[in-house]
Order: sequence, then C-alpha cells, then structure tokens
Amino acid sequence: MSILVYTENWEGKFKKLSFELVSYANEMAKQMGTDVVAVSIGNVEEAELKSLGQYGASKVVNVSDAQLANLSNAPYAKVIAETAEKEAAKVIVFAHNNAGKAIAPRVSVKLKAGLVAGVTNAPSSYDPFTVKKKAFTGKAFANVVVKSDIKIVTLAQNSFALVEDAKDAAIEAYAPALDATEFKTEVKETNKVTGKVLLHDAEIVVSGGRGMKGPENWDVIEELADLLGAGTACSRPVSDEDWRPHSEHVGQTGKIIAPNLYFAFGISGAIQHLGGVSSSKVIVAVNTDKDAPIFEAADYGIVGDCQKVIPEIIEAVKAAKAE
Amino acid sequence: MKILICLSNVPDTTTKVKFTGDNTAFDKTGVQWIINPWDELALTRALEIKEASGGAISSVTVATVGGTEVEPTMRKGLAIGADDAIRIDADPKDAYYVAAQLAEVAKDFDIVMAGIEASDYNGSAVGGMLAEFLNVPSVSSVSGMNVEGGNVTVTREIDGGSEKVGVEAPFVAVVQKGITKEPRIPAMRGIMMARKKPLKVVPAVEVEALTEFATYELPEPKAACKMVDADNVRELVDLLKNEAKAL
Repeated sequence: MSILVYTENWEGKFKKLSFELVSYANEMAKQMGTDVVAVSIGNVEEAELKSLGQYGASKVVNVSDAQLANLSNAPYAKVIAETAEKEAAKVIVFAHNNAGKAIAPRVSVKLKAGLVAGVTNAPSSYDPFTVKKKAFTGKAFANVVVKSDIKIVTLAQNSFALVEDAKDAAIEAYAPALDATEFKTEVKETNKVTGKVLLHDAEIVVSGGRGMKGPENWDVIEELADLLGAGTACSRPVSDEDWRPHSEHVGQTGKIIAPNLYFAFGISGAIQHLGGVSSSKVIVAVNTDKDAPIFEAADYGIVGDCQKVIPEIIEAVKAAKAE
Repeated sequence: MKILICLSNVPDTTTKVKFTGDNTAFDKTGVQWIINPWDELALTRALEIKEASGGAISSVTVATVGGTEVEPTMRKGLAIGADDAIRIDADPKDAYYVAAQLAEVAKDFDIVMAGIEASDYNGSAVGGMLAEFLNVPSVSSVSGMNVEGGNVTVTREIDGGSEKVGVEAPFVAVVQKGITKEPRIPAMRGIMMARKKPLKVVPAVEVEALTEFATYELPEPKAACKMVDADNVRELVDLLKNEAKAL
C-alpha cells in the first residue's frame, strides 16, 4: 500500500508546489499507516529527486524516457497508472494545475478511481474517504465522498503548508514500455515568456482593472510588481479590450489564483472576478468608488485614484525596504 | 469531419449560491441557467472553424447529460448555431458518470470539445475522462484551435507561455479562455431556427458514479475591510508589513 504523488518538474527542478504535494501526501500516509511514493517524469538529477525525501517521500520512482520530454496526456496517464498499480497506491495526488488537470482524469478512468478536483484540505474522514473542495468557483465548498477503492485528488494551490519530515528517499528507475504509435500529439512550437514571475507561482499579485483607464497607465503596476517580485494580473474587461494579454486575466473564467497578497487597483469586484481571487490570504483594494463591491472582499482598502495612490505605495514600499 | 461540443447547464455566474436540505443540495430556487462559459466559447470556436472550412467540417452537434430541464440551455446552443443536439436522459451524478454517458454518443465524432471545467462543481475532469473512455488523445488547457485540410493544430497553455501542438483526430480538446474572443450571442433568426432543429433524446447507459457530493458549506464571512486614508499610504504599507505580515 502507498500514497502516490505525481511531482512535476520544470526544466529538471521541483518547485514549492511539488513539495507541498509531498507534504500533503505525507499527512495522509501518517493517518493511513503507509508511505509516500513520488513519481517523477523527465530529466531530473538524483540529488533533486532525493530532495523530495525532505518532506516525507520514502521512495521516488524516476521515469526518464526521452519520448516523454513533452506532456502527452495519454502516455503520461499510462505511466502513472502503471506506477500506481506497481506501488499498490490507495490515493494518488496531483496538483490542480495544467498538468494535473490534463493527466488525472485519464488515470481516474484507467483505474476506475474516483477523482476530486481542487481539494483544499487533508481528508476530514478516511472511512468513508471525504475531502473538501472548492465549488461554485470560489463561492462555496463541497465535502465529497469517494466510493472507489483507489482515490485521486488534485490539490488546489497554496492550500497545504510545507511540513518537513526528512526521510532518505530511495530512487528507483522505471522504464515503461512505450511504443512510438502511442504518441498522437506532437509539440511543434513553444513560446515562453521569460524573466516574468508566473501568476500561479506568485506569492504577491498586482492586478489592474478598468479603473486604470488605459494600457498606457500600466507602468506603475509593473514597477510595483518588479519591486515586490510579484506577478501581474488584470480583470476581464481589461483583457477583453486587449489592454493586457488574456493570460493575465484572473477571475471565474480566467485564472483562479490564491497568492498571499493580492492588490486590486481600479477593480470594482464583480462576483465573477472575486471567484478567481477570493482565496488570496490578504486582499488590498484601491478604488475611487467607496461603494465598490471589492471593498467587501478586501482586507485593506483605500478610496482614491490609482494613478496617485500606486506611486505613493511604491515610495512607501521602498522606504519600508530601506529600514 | 464532425464536431461535438459537450455542453453543461450551469447557474448564471452572478447567482448567489445557497443550499437546502441541511446543506446537502444546491438551492435551485430562482436560479437562471446558462451554457457553461467555457463550453460556450468552445461552441463559438467550433462554428467559426466550420464556417471557414469550406464544407470540410460537416456539422457541429451539442450534447448534454440531464433531464428535460436542460433543454432550454441546449436550445440556446442551437440558437447560437449548432446544427443539432443530443440529450442523454440522466441525472449527471459525477464527472466519471457524465463522461461515460458522453462516450456513448461521442464515438461518432472526429473532434470533441469540452470546457476545462463547469462553473458549478469545478470538476475539470469530464473532457479528459471522455478521451480515456474513447481511447483517443486529449489536449488540455487549449486556448486556440485551427483545422486545415484535416490537420488539427491546437494551442495549449503551459506555465509561463504556450505550445502549438499537432494532434491526430479523433481527439478531445479541453478548452479554456482564449479559444475565441467573445461567445456568440444568438440572433433572432437563430432563435427562430433553433425551435425546428433536431434535439434527440437518448437513454442513459448503466454506470456507477465513483464520488458523491455529500454536503456543502459557504466560506466564513470576512472581517470588515480596514480603510486607510488616501493621504496616508504609508500606513497601508505599514499594516501590510506589521499586521498582515504579507510584505
């Protein structure tokens, strides 16, 4: 028996997210009296694989088949399902991100394992297996019972803290039997923005809405973001009007984020926008309209003009940093 | 080539969410129902592709798992421009159950498009599960799609960027924002025509759901927002640093 975690790597390195998943799995393993096995697909060096032991993985299954260099949903699902069977996994943990959403549903069907997506807490009960997840796009939570023998969860971002529990993880190579004909998708071109903080990774997000009045006024948002090592985001009208790329749109139909600190500048706070940001730990709102709904969701607020207030925030942050 | 859109019937995005029966069921009282926003974008893009295909794409069909109450939403899909509709007559119990039902009708299609999640249960699972049931490739987080001479290229979001991916049909595209700019709004002519378009009802197949939504809860009410004077921005930064410990 085991708890299996799919630990994604980015150019050979694990991120905080991967360690959060291992911590989460370790909490379950302790309650269920079993061990955590991580599965890594890609080109990751042994020392990096070993680092998963820091958070409680007792074994890391390492799959480094060159055919798996790019995400291809069906072969990835096959490899993970095979590993789950080999390791007699009772629970399989994925991140609720692009890769997790792509692979977990296929593994669910392969193993006839009930899937709960966007889980926010460790199980509240192990028999019946019950987990809490986000529902109605941030407006509610649901407690979901999984009835199948094997369970799959995808863990929502920033919902489980890192807990160290150092183990000497054994590294085991696994070479799956994969035929070239199983690869029916082919990556033809990759476009990556480099040098910017990724929205999903960002601890702080600086976001602008229509109250910013035009794309030419975004300099101050970018300056504040640079100063704080933050990601930049925007509301839906801003991306719809092409002031900013749609990849920056946060909200119900855009990206759902949960940073430690979210700045909403000139965002009125429509219910659809709040659905995408309400899990942020601290929300700061600046808006000229004192009755804007954003102030009901915010922890700190200023009624004022963003063009005047943001430069002052920048100065105050610089002063605070200098202290 | 034929395209199938998996259409989910969801509460309007402005709905104030409430529960009944000791928090065991979503309160449908007074709720307006709409096409799941991502499914609506998928349908719009499918129609654009069909119109530009010079006949290579022969039809766009919508399919929904649900009782008669979902038909108005399906008719809206027809009014937007889908050619026909298939309703699978069953209560959508969970993602696995819904995907298994859709697999029965999706077998006959070359391109299947599903929204990356439904705005009610946020499962993010039906598209991928459907592909696995059909044993066909799937591409997730799809924010662009083109079909030229039978070759399909999709754009998928990855962390910090995007990839162009070639994929062999039949396949399932799990669609997110960006696939098209704005969802199409039905015109009066479309609404009139939709009444006459075929809406076929098929019986459900026997499948067991693997999960059960037992209870619901609403988020804890937030403490009141602490207002800082616009002439005293330094205080805000001070509070963020020392009180919220967020800086």
